[in-house]
Amino acid sequence: MRKYLFIIIALVVFVLPVKSQQNSSNLQVKLLTLNELEQRIAKGKDTTYVVNFWATWCGPCVEELPYFEKLSTENAKKPFKVILISLDFKSKLKTAVIPFVVKNKIKAEVYVINEIDQQKYIDRIDKNWSGAIPATLILNTAKKVRGFYEQAFTYEQLTKAISTLVKP
Amino acid sequence: MKKLMLACFVLLLASTLNAQNGYQVGDLASDFNLKNIDGKQVSLASYKDAKGYIVIFTCNTCPVSKAYESRKEELNKKYAAKGYPVVAINTNDPVASPGDTYEKMQQRAKEKNFSYAYLLDPDHVYTKKYGAMRTPHVFVLQKTKKGNEVAYIGAIDNDQQLENPQRENYVQNAVNQLLQGEKPSVASTKAIGCTIKWKKEASK
Repeated sequence: MRKYLFIIIALVVFVLPVKSQQNSSNLQVKLLTLNELEQRIAKGKDTTYVVNFWATWCGPCVEELPYFEKLSTENAKKPFKVILISLDFKSKLKTAVIPFVVKNKIKAEVYVINEIDQQKYIDRIDKNWSGAIPATLILNTAKKVRGFYEQAFTYEQLTKAISTLVKP
Repeated sequence: MKKLMLACFVLLLASTLNAQNGYQVGDLASDFNLKNIDGKQVSLASYKDAKGYIVIFTCNTCPVSKAYESRKEELNKKYAAKGYPVVAINTNDPVASPGDTYEKMQQRAKEKNFSYAYLLDPDHVYTKKYGAMRTPHVFVLQKTKKGNEVAYIGAIDNDQQLENPQRENYVQNAVNQLLQGEKPSVASTKAIGCTIKWKKEASK
């Protein structure tokens, strides 16, 4: 009997809290390294990826996020994926990024970048990038498309950039 | 012959691209004459004893710039006396970014006790000429016989959030090396920053 009691207590103490924690953080946002991003895009073959680099503290980024949301819902049935990568500090994942995503009901995939060295990751994303955000990457592995934009978009500019880069 | 022509073309293209992108390390930087928050005009030449300058393109509103405010102050306290004063230039148009008006700049400087010049750049003339792409964006200049030579371009350090004990203080290292008569070993760096808030009719 004692044995069972111990197991039950152990379950309550250790397993349950872990589960509920997982639920709350799994809900929205994970960390992502550039390697993981590259692998994901390479596997996507003919999927067009629109990868937006933003941060909760960046005004123009927050302003253009609804356009990326709209893009995501309007292309939901196509091989098309919007990925929002926040450059907020990792330490802000739970205090800033997740609350922001919940509050603004963002449905597109959101990650926080899991890279330490800005010197390296800025160049890896694009050699010509100064590091200013917002910035957006448009990629399609099968069509060998790679476009990089260090600018804020309107919805029209965004769809135009995609349609000129990715020919049907 | 074709190869040579191609090489010339590439060189020409590269040089026009450079011109568009502003200064590279080794270029001579133009002086300016811009209005400071105290109403007086400031130029690089007005610093008579300077051996060089730490020119920081920045603004009131960018969270990254704000995070670096005390470090800008530290840089000026440490290096102005050694001949490298901090000269801050606000890159942002006050209409496009209402937090960056002249009055707001004065307020901020007063609140935070800026010990360095904080200049206006109407129509982004020098922001464009230098090629500042984000805030904060630092250009360390060294006074030479030829003029003010760009010795370092980039970030203040690689620790925006002040949590890395192994922080590399790029600007301090560059200025220290210049003071010792050496060229900076790290002459250009990149960092995440805010876009410049361009004047509406000039914006893309």
